[in-house]
Amino acid sequence: MATVELKNVRKTYPGGFEAVKGVSIDIADGALCVLVGPSGCGKSTLLRMIAGLETITAGDISIDGKVVNAIGPAERDIAMVFQNYALYPHMKVYDNMAYGLRNRGMARDEIDRRVNETAKILELSSLLQRRPRELSGGQRQRVAMGRAIVRSPKVFLFDEPLSNLDAKLRGQMRVEIKNLQRSLGVTSVYVTHDQLEAMTLADKLVVMNAGMVEQVGAPLDVYEKPASTFVASFIGAPPMNLLPVTANGTGLAFADGSAVAGNGFAGGKAAQIGFRPEDVVVGQGDGGLLLDFQTIAVEPVGAESFLHGNAAGSPVIMRVSGRASARPGDSIPISVPEAKLHAFDAAGKRIEPSHT
Amino acid sequence: MTARGTFPHRLLPYLLLAPQLAITLVFFYWPAAQALYQSLLREDPFGLKSRFVGLANFRRVLSEPSYLNSLEVTVIFSVATAVSAMAIALLLATMADKIVKGRGLYRTLMIWPYAVAPAIAGMLWLFLFNPTMGTFAYMLRSTGYNWDPLLNGNQAMVLIIAAAAWKQISYNFLFFVAGLQSIPRTLIEAAAIDGAGETKRFWTIVFPLLAPITFFLLVINTTYAFFDTFGIIHAVTGGGPGKATETLVYKVYNDGFVNLQLGSSAAQSVILMIIVIALTAVQFRYVEKRVHYG
Repeated sequence: MATVELKNVRKTYPGGFEAVKGVSIDIADGALCVLVGPSGCGKSTLLRMIAGLETITAGDISIDGKVVNAIGPAERDIAMVFQNYALYPHMKVYDNMAYGLRNRGMARDEIDRRVNETAKILELSSLLQRRPRELSGGQRQRVAMGRAIVRSPKVFLFDEPLSNLDAKLRGQMRVEIKNLQRSLGVTSVYVTHDQLEAMTLADKLVVMNAGMVEQVGAPLDVYEKPASTFVASFIGAPPMNLLPVTANGTGLAFADGSAVAGNGFAGGKAAQIGFRPEDVVVGQGDGGLLLDFQTIAVEPVGAESFLHGNAAGSPVIMRVSGRASARPGDSIPISVPEAKLHAFDAAGKRIEPSHT
Repeated sequence: MTARGTFPHRLLPYLLLAPQLAITLVFFYWPAAQALYQSLLREDPFGLKSRFVGLANFRRVLSEPSYLNSLEVTVIFSVATAVSAMAIALLLATMADKIVKGRGLYRTLMIWPYAVAPAIAGMLWLFLFNPTMGTFAYMLRSTGYNWDPLLNGNQAMVLIIAAAAWKQISYNFLFFVAGLQSIPRTLIEAAAIDGAGETKRFWTIVFPLLAPITFFLLVINTTYAFFDTFGIIHAVTGGGPGKATETLVYKVYNDGFVNLQLGSSAAQSVILMIIVIALTAVQFRYVEKRVHYG
């Protein structure tokens, strides 16, 4: 049980490369915080700094209110699950889980009790005498989790733990991790590049880009009010449609010269108008933004279909439930309700609409 | 599943193997067969005629006290050489693994001793430790230590072990460095988070994971100590003083080519062959089983 606080944390490598450029995050006790971003955004570096595997160039990291900058990984009372699991290949599952406890000088019967209990939770009891190479990917993943859980540390750190699993298993393990984290109530930091994983797991979502935090918030808040075009296109699949606009004296115009309907953004300095694929309505709807959609491709996914095409001179993706009757080449009138429109300024920052 | 190549003609594969087979036959199997044949004969003092004596040569050799002494010398020499060469190489490799800057340079410099021929290596050590002219010998004696490998058998043994191990360290070093690099860094990090200090990590994680390489080097180093150290012994001690450093291989040479007892020498080399075959079989049968991980 612990809080984790990052205060203006920076990491500069000896070569001068700045991987983390001043990050501040507060993680409440028992919360699951997900760091999400594209590769190279500094999320793994940040996690490794919390673990004590990387030195901290500037700023403070505190666990449970205590600054841990100068403390080694062993004394931080954290446990980490690695992307490649990092199981000790020469040890049996039992010994893999017991290793950390033995190093801390725990009594043998207490180790035995804890390992067996953890194995039961993770359904590993029948595998305790196997070596890692005799296990499947999902089982190895479970052992790696077990090794973390058995120590009952203050903080769990997950470094893309599911990215080596196939899609089906990933979905299953995601739910398991979430339930496990809930029931144990251990503060966790989870790093992933998969926005779906981030959305479904997080209590607190931190979107990172180029060593900086783009946005922090509850997953749905981030989804509904992305703070920047980066967040808008990173969170959500398919990503938000972003259409460049320019001021043309009276109001705003799209790339093809057509005027932007709806007054919300007219006076502002909007440079891009965005809307989610699922917010597109076929036909006139209740007004808002009216566009003409030229279908290029149709992707039926089963429960829904994605239509790729062009509108107002920019590529647009729209989602329709069920099967789409449109064919490539069809021209469809579409509309987006005003409440579902997002606007971003020239720097890509969100502009709150000033509805009149 | 392995892909099986097909040859346009049935004889082609044999033809392609022929050069290697010919070399093996002429330089390995023929001499070995000759040794086997010789070991059953006794030659007269003038080398004019020889007669078949069955296993008499073997009986004589095995009951000879100097042969048993030589066996003991070989065991001590081989174990000490292999163990010290591997232990020092592992220590150096672990230290070199931590270096970030100039890694390649260190490694290049470390491999040089391997290029030195055994006899030259022996001479170098002899020059350094020769009681009359050696620099280190002088320094040793000036501390009051009675250093004289020409008279003291134990000191002679230490000297050839040092020379033999020194030459093999660089070879072992290269393999250990490669082995250390193949251990995933996350394993070490996981162990660090699991509360294992550096020494503990080495013995519980790194060393067990190096086991396949250690085993390979054990085979190589034992073979080296048995056979390839002839030049060093010949240059440094010549088997002396008083046969204190006469290994089995050196005794084969001494009896056969110096004392011209061909029958006895051949019997010794046959025994040596059996020892090596047995040693390799034991190593593969019992040691290798325990050292491989997926």
